[in-house]
Amino acid sequence: MYSRAYQRLVAIPPLAWMTLFLFVPYLCLFCYSFWQVRSQTIVHHWNLDNYRQLISNPMYIQVLLRSARIAGLVTLFSLLLGYPLAWYLSFHARRRKGLLYLLVIIPLWVSYLVRAYAWKTILGNDGVLNTVLAYTGLLKHPVGLLLYSPLAVVLTLTHIYTPFVFLPIYASLEHIPRSLVEASQDLGASSTRVFRTIVFPLSLPGVIAGATFAFVLSLGDFLSPLLVGGPNGIMISNIVVSLFGAAYDWPLGAAISVCMLLLVIGLITAAERVERRMQYGRS
Amino acid sequence: MRKRFGSAAVLDDVSLEIADGEFLSILGESGSGKTTLLRIIAGFERPSEGEVWIGDQRLDVLPPHRRPVNTVFQHYALFPHLTVFENVAYGLRAKKVAEQEIRARVHAALERMRMREFAQRRPQQLSGGQQQRVALARALVNQPRLLLLDEPLSALDANLRRQMQVELKALQRDVGITFLFVTHDQEEAMTLSDRIALLKSGRIEQVDAPRAMYQRPRTAYVATFIGRTNILTARVSGGVARAGPMQWPCDVPDGEVQFSLRPEHVRLADIENSIRLRATVLSRVFHGSSELVDLDCGEGLVLTARVSAFNREPGPCVLAIRAEDLVPLVS
Repeated sequence: MYSRAYQRLVAIPPLAWMTLFLFVPYLCLFCYSFWQVRSQTIVHHWNLDNYRQLISNPMYIQVLLRSARIAGLVTLFSLLLGYPLAWYLSFHARRRKGLLYLLVIIPLWVSYLVRAYAWKTILGNDGVLNTVLAYTGLLKHPVGLLLYSPLAVVLTLTHIYTPFVFLPIYASLEHIPRSLVEASQDLGASSTRVFRTIVFPLSLPGVIAGATFAFVLSLGDFLSPLLVGGPNGIMISNIVVSLFGAAYDWPLGAAISVCMLLLVIGLITAAERVERRMQYGRS
Repeated sequence: MRKRFGSAAVLDDVSLEIADGEFLSILGESGSGKTTLLRIIAGFERPSEGEVWIGDQRLDVLPPHRRPVNTVFQHYALFPHLTVFENVAYGLRAKKVAEQEIRARVHAALERMRMREFAQRRPQQLSGGQQQRVALARALVNQPRLLLLDEPLSALDANLRRQMQVELKALQRDVGITFLFVTHDQEEAMTLSDRIALLKSGRIEQVDAPRAMYQRPRTAYVATFIGRTNILTARVSGGVARAGPMQWPCDVPDGEVQFSLRPEHVRLADIENSIRLRATVLSRVFHGSSELVDLDCGEGLVLTARVSAFNREPGPCVLAIRAEDLVPLVS
């Protein structure tokens, strides 16, 4: 047992860190969202104009919806890739498990930037894909729509976030006692039935956790749209970046950020609540 | 039947026949291969050699979900995301039984296990004994030809365990389904079974009714595993066995032979037609209704006797042993 004094002492550094670099900036952001820019300076005049502008200008809603659509597609594709992979690794890989697991994890050690740039190389006009297609004679002219489109953003983000979806699903599958699978077979269930009625329902907490990761992370992404998105692939975070940068409208940027933050917190809370209901008090 | 994992033989030349409606226990220490045998019958393991038949149907070529066999798992393996009702209905749903019949059969099965009012609960809201009953209901509702039970009582505490033993035996008589019961507890096997198959490192030592196995153990392992016994190593020549100061007539070929002598057959009172021996008391261990007394008979022969109300002070006494109570063993 540690003494009370010691317990308080060790809590100080992380608490100070959180306060200084998380709560204080959020508070600043929150305050900024109620201020205004007048003749190139930020004036501390409290009002709701920024939020009014967000609602009245359809552009913002449009970009938000596009971001949500892209994030939704990324989530869907990551699940479609990550779930079968996790299922195969957990139930059928046997001795190859360790190696395959490592192969899934390794991309996480490679810089995000490198992976996004790799897609630029693959999808570009003189990129790997176009070159191969032209070489095989399937195409006469390079296809321009591969790069700089929402599709490219979805592709890149799916590649980047699939491991994030894979990991929680894999963990939840590994947690399913194998005796439940055997009990199900024993009671006459075919392998598809075992999956449908036992494995999948019991892996849902992992699916929800993974889906939340993928959706939230790609909703706020700004690098992929910047690198491979083109003008039609712009997402909400790109607007925030430009508002805090060239446009020099910090208050409006802050207002968008606050809205996004609330949206994400709401999503995570809802997901967590659903997840908790599915835990079935496993001992 | 043989089963090897790598180079290790887990089951070696096991051959077993179970009668319809029988309660047969597979008894053995951990690592004796008893669970492996059960898993082969259920279909979770493949035998390296050998076949499994039930009536005229060959089982070992079928996947687990096609076998007319159900299992009660050691830790019940109830589905945590389903209610008690849905757990019990699981097997019937897999067989596409009509909804109305499912309802009737599940309720009847729960009724039989006195679990009907718990139908809408989830497994983790039940006690160990209740989970046990649900596991039994879930298996029996399918009316399997053979029910496999993998140490189903081992997770229960002693009192509940004894109570469940009684219930289990009554249940088996009631439903008339063949039970194959795996356990490491010899007392449990004795109370429940019609017959016991004793397994030792992948081989069957003896298959017999509990009484026969206790009275006529085939090997020294069986004799010591089932109850307590004295093992006497005797020299036999010309139909007479000698061990220390003792000698008695017997019907085995000449040579060194081991004999089993149960402690309750070593008597401190005088009886007719018996071998008499002088002995001194070495130690006494109290066991409630009886006492185990170690007796030195001289020439290195020490026998344990089971005596009730032994109130004699340690000292010299006379033992009486009947020759027919000395059971020759196969090594």
